[in-house]
Amino acid sequence: MAAAASGAGAGAAQEKQFPPALLSFFIYNPRFGPREGEEENKILFYYPNEVEKNEKIRNVGLCEAIVQFTRTFSPSKPAKSLHTQKNRQFFNEPEENFWMVMVVRNPIIEKQSKDGKPVVEYQEEELLDKVYSSVLQQCYSMYKLFNGTFLRAMEDGGVKLLKERLEKFFHRYLQTLHLQSCDLLDIFGGISFFPLDKMTYLKIQSFINRMEESLSIVKYTAFLYNDQLIWSGLEQDDMRILYKYLTTSLFPRHIEPELAGRDSPIRAEMPGNLQHYGRFLTGPLNLNDPEAKCRFPKIFVNTDDTYEALHLIVYKVTVVSRSTPTLDFCRRLDSIVGPQLTVLASDICEQFNINKRISGSEKEPQFKFIYFNHMNLAEKSTVHMRKTPSVSLTSVHPDLMKILGDINSDFTRVDEDEEIIVKAMSDYWVVGKKSDQRELYVILNQKNANLIEVNEEVKKLCATQFNNIFFLD
Amino acid sequence: MGEEDYYLELCERPVHFEKANPVNCVFFDEANKQVFAVRSGGATGVVVKGPDDRNPISFRMEDKGEVKCIKFSLENKILAVQRTSKTVDFSNFIPDSSQLEYTQECKTKNANILGFCWTSSTEIVFITDQGIEFYQVLPEKRNLKLLKSQNINVNWYMYCPEGSVILLSTTVLGNVLQPFYFRAGTMSKLPKFEIELPAAPKSTKLSLSERDIAMATIYGQLYVLFLRHHSRTSNSAGAEVVLYHLPREGACKKMHILKLNRTGKFALNVVDNLVVVHHQDTETSVIFDIRLRGEFDGSVTLHHPVLPARSIQPYQIPAAGTREWPCVGGRGSRSRPDIIISASQGYLWNLQVKLQPIVNLLPDKGRLMDFLLQRKECKMVILSVCSQMLTESDRATLPVIATVFDKLNQEYKKYLDAEQSYTMAMEAGQSRSGPLLRRPVRTQAVVDQSDMYTHVLSVFTEKKETPHKFVIAVLMEYIRSLNQFQITVQHYLHELVIRTLVQHSLFSTLHQFLQYHVLSDSKPLACLLLSLESFYPPAHQLSLDMLKRLSTANDEIVEVLLSKHQVLAALRFIQGIGGHDNISARKFLDAAKQTEDHMLFYTIFRFFEQRNQRLRGNPSFTPEHCEEHVAFFKQVFGDQALMRPTTF
Repeated sequence: MAAAASGAGAGAAQEKQFPPALLSFFIYNPRFGPREGEEENKILFYYPNEVEKNEKIRNVGLCEAIVQFTRTFSPSKPAKSLHTQKNRQFFNEPEENFWMVMVVRNPIIEKQSKDGKPVVEYQEEELLDKVYSSVLQQCYSMYKLFNGTFLRAMEDGGVKLLKERLEKFFHRYLQTLHLQSCDLLDIFGGISFFPLDKMTYLKIQSFINRMEESLSIVKYTAFLYNDQLIWSGLEQDDMRILYKYLTTSLFPRHIEPELAGRDSPIRAEMPGNLQHYGRFLTGPLNLNDPEAKCRFPKIFVNTDDTYEALHLIVYKVTVVSRSTPTLDFCRRLDSIVGPQLTVLASDICEQFNINKRISGSEKEPQFKFIYFNHMNLAEKSTVHMRKTPSVSLTSVHPDLMKILGDINSDFTRVDEDEEIIVKAMSDYWVVGKKSDQRELYVILNQKNANLIEVNEEVKKLCATQFNNIFFLD
Repeated sequence: MGEEDYYLELCERPVHFEKANPVNCVFFDEANKQVFAVRSGGATGVVVKGPDDRNPISFRMEDKGEVKCIKFSLENKILAVQRTSKTVDFSNFIPDSSQLEYTQECKTKNANILGFCWTSSTEIVFITDQGIEFYQVLPEKRNLKLLKSQNINVNWYMYCPEGSVILLSTTVLGNVLQPFYFRAGTMSKLPKFEIELPAAPKSTKLSLSERDIAMATIYGQLYVLFLRHHSRTSNSAGAEVVLYHLPREGACKKMHILKLNRTGKFALNVVDNLVVVHHQDTETSVIFDIRLRGEFDGSVTLHHPVLPARSIQPYQIPAAGTREWPCVGGRGSRSRPDIIISASQGYLWNLQVKLQPIVNLLPDKGRLMDFLLQRKECKMVILSVCSQMLTESDRATLPVIATVFDKLNQEYKKYLDAEQSYTMAMEAGQSRSGPLLRRPVRTQAVVDQSDMYTHVLSVFTEKKETPHKFVIAVLMEYIRSLNQFQITVQHYLHELVIRTLVQHSLFSTLHQFLQYHVLSDSKPLACLLLSLESFYPPAHQLSLDMLKRLSTANDEIVEVLLSKHQVLAALRFIQGIGGHDNISARKFLDAAKQTEDHMLFYTIFRFFEQRNQRLRGNPSFTPEHCEEHVAFFKQVFGDQALMRPTTF
C-alpha cells in the first residue's frame, strides 16, 4: 500500500500528487421542499455557492435518494458514506431530517504517459471513512457550540435565520478544514491532559472554586496550560469541542507575546498590567480604556437537556459565564485572577520542567505512540508535533498513519480486547492494542526485529508509560 | 445583655466559708488554693477548704495570739502558723506522729518575718525584711534545719507556687525585683531586674506596690505582670499591663504590653493562659492573649483586648438565691491566677472563660481560630464554628474556610509529628536518648479528620439547601489543606467526596479527580467505584486501574474480570504476574462455562490441563473437584479430546 510513495525511481520524478480536497459541502432538510418544483427550499447551505442551482438540486436529490434507498437494507443505520472513483461522499444526520453532506475528492496522482499527455489516477482506497465522518460530525459540533442547534435557529427566526447562521458560520469554518492532514486524532477528538502532581492540582481546584465564588456570573471554568487541559467544569462532550476550538483556532491565533522575550517589540505593545501576565484573549484588550468593548463570543453547552447559552471569556484561563460580562466584571476578574494565576503558572511551569527532565533523561526512544482512552477522552501522541492552525504535523509517513486508521477500524468492529501487529514497509512495525476502552498504537522502527521482539518492546513500553493503569499485556 | 454575651463566668460550685468578721479570720494559701477560716485564734476551730477536696479539714488549736499567716505544706503534711513577727509555729499532720507544736525563730537578728511559703511538703522559706531563709522541716525530730539564707533588704514579697519562684521587692523605691527559684532542697538566685516606673518618682519613698505586681505562668512560661497606671505626664491613653518574661536561666526581659485604654482600679487574673483584667469602675473585664498577633515595635509586642469589655456573668449565690455581680479588684482581694475570693461574703470561685459567646464576638474567623486553638476546652466550640461557617445563612467565603482548615490542620500536623518522633524514639530504644521521653499530649486543639467528618462534614453534605458546588468546594478545600500539611487523607473523606459527586451526577468531575489521584487509591474506594458502574460505566475502568496501582489487590482484579465474563483477560492477567500456578481451575472453568462460548471453555480447559501436567505430571484435575467440568468437556468435545498424560 505504500508502494506509490516509497517506490522511488526515475518515474517518480514526473509524478505529481494532489492531496484530498473538499469538493462540496451542503446541508438540507427534505421536509422543507417535499413537492416538485420546490426542491430548492430544501437546501439550507451549499458550498461552493457558485454552483448552478439545478446542479445543487440534483446533488441534494441524489444524496436523498441514496440515503432513502440504503435505509431499506439497514433501517437503524443509514448510509454514512458513498465511494466513487473520483470522490467520496459523507452523510450525517445530526438532527432529525437535517442532513449534512461533505464531498471529498480522492487523492490524485498525475503521471506523464509516454505520449506526454498527463494521466490522472484517482486513489480510491486512500481515504478513511471514519476519519472524514468524524470531521463532518465535528463540523456540526462546532456549529452547535457557537450557534446552538439547527432547531434552535428555526425556533428563533425560521428558515431565514437558520440559513443566515449557517452561511455566516460555515463560510469561514470550511476554509479552516485541512482535509489533507486529517488522521486518527480526528476520530478520537481527544483531549490532551497536563500531567500534574496532586498538590498543584488541588491548588488549582481551590483557585477555581474561589474565583467562581467571588465572580458569581462564572458558570463553568476550564483550566489549560500549554494547550493541555488540567481542569474542566464542563461536561465531557462540550469540553471536547471547546478544547478543539481553543487549541486549534483561538490559541494559535494569539501567539503569546510573552513568549517573544522580554525586550521584544510585541511585548512592549502589550497593554495593561505590569503586576501579572494575565490578559483576555476574548473581550477587552485594554482594561484601562473605558471605551473598550466587552464583546465575548457566545457558546452553547448542555444542548441536550438544559440548553445553556453562555459567554466565552478566555483569560489565559478559560472561563465561561452566564450573563453578559461588563467591563467592570473584566476588571474584577483581572484583579482576582491575574495575580493568582501568575503564581500558579510558575508552580505549574516548575512541574512542567520536572516532567521534561524526567522524560528528557532517557535517550530518544525507538518508538512513537498514540494513546486514547474513550472513557475520559484522554489522548497522548508522540507522533504529532505541535498543532498549528493550518496543519497538524506528524513526524511519521502518511502511510503509517493510514495503517493506524485501518487498525482503528478493525477495533471498532468488535467489542473484545484485541491486538494487531503489522509489519509495514521499510523496517517499521505498527502495533495496535485495545484493552477495555483504551487504545494504544505504537510505531516501532527496529531493523530486523521479529514478532517476538516487537511484542517484548511493546510490553516494555506499557510498563514504563502506562504502569499506573490496568492495561492488559 | 443576653446570657450568651458574657464570656467570663464564675464556677458553678464556689467554695463557701464563714465570712470574715472580728472573731473569724480568713486566710488564703495560693500554693494549695485553700481557704482557712480561723475562729478566735483557732480555739473554737479552724476550717480548711480547697476547691478540689469535698471534705474540709477542721481542727482546733490553742489560742496563742492573733494568727498572722497560716498554711499547710504540700499534701497537707505540716501546718505552719505565724503569730509573732519573729517566729513560726509548726504542727505535724502526719498520722501517728506527735502533734505537739514546735517553733522556729528567724535566724537574722532584729529581722521581722513578713511571711513564709512552703516550697514542698517539708521545705519552707521565711521572708523577713532583711532577707530570706530556706529551711527543711524535720517533723520526726520536731525541728528545722537551715538550708540556705540570703541577706537583702525586702519591702515586700510575692510567691508563685507554679513556678516555685519568690520575688522580693528591694531598694528604696521598691522597683528592683529579686527572684529566687527553689527546687528539691536548693535555692538559686536569678538575675534581678528593674521595673520601669511610669514617671520619675519625686520622693524616695516606696513607689512600687505589691498590689500592682502579679506572677503567673502563661503558655508554660513564667511572667511578672506589672500594672502600670496612667501617668498624667505621659500621653498614653490609659493604664497598661507590662509582661516581663522570667526565664529559668538568663535575664528577665520585657516582652508584652497589654493596652487597657482606661484608667482607674484594676485587678488581674490568669485563666487558661489568658490575662483577664477587671476594671472596677465599670465592673467590666477584658481579656488578652499574648499568642495572638499584636503590634511588634522591635522589642515588645503591643496587645489590645481580644474582645470588647464585658461584665462577668452575674452569679447566683446558692443559698440566698439572689443574683449579684461579683465585685473583683476591691479592697483586700489580691490578684491570684484564676481565683476570685470574696472574704466578706465567704465565697471562693474559680474564674472561667466561656468560649461559645466569643464565637459571635470575634468576627475574624482566622483570629477566632487562633484564639480557640489555645484554649483548653476548645474542641466542641471549634467544631461548632466550623459547622456554623458552612451553614447557608451564615456562610463564610472559601478563602476564610481555607484559613480555618489550615489553622486546624497545622495544629493537627504538629501533634502527628510529635507522635511520630516519639514512636520512632521508642523504637530506637530509650537508653541512648538522654532526657526522659514523654508521650505527646493530645490536647483538645487537635481536631483530626474523624472529628471533622463526624461533627462537621458528614452533617454538612447532607443538608439539602446547600448548593452542591459549595459542598464540593469545601470538601476539596479540606483535602487540599490536609495535603498541604502532608497529612494522609482518610478514605472516608474520599468516599464522602465521591458520594456527593455521584448524588449530583457530577461524573466528569469525579473522573478528573481520580485521574489526578486527588482521591487516593484504596481497596474500599475501588470497591465503591465498582458499585457505581451501573450509574457511570467508566467507574469500572477507574476501579480496575486503582486495584492495579494498589498492587496488593490481584485477587480482586481476577474476581472483577471473571464477574464480567472476561475469563481470558483474567487468565492473561494472572499469568502476567506469575500467579497462575496457584489459582483455582474451578473458578475459571465456572466462569468460562457461563459464557456459553464453547471455544473459550475449550481454551481454558486446555490451559489448565497443561498446567496440571506441568505441576503434577498429570493433566487430570484430581484434587480440584472439577468432575462437573470434565464431564461437560467430554460431552461437548468427546472423550478423546482430553489430554493424555505424557509418559516419559
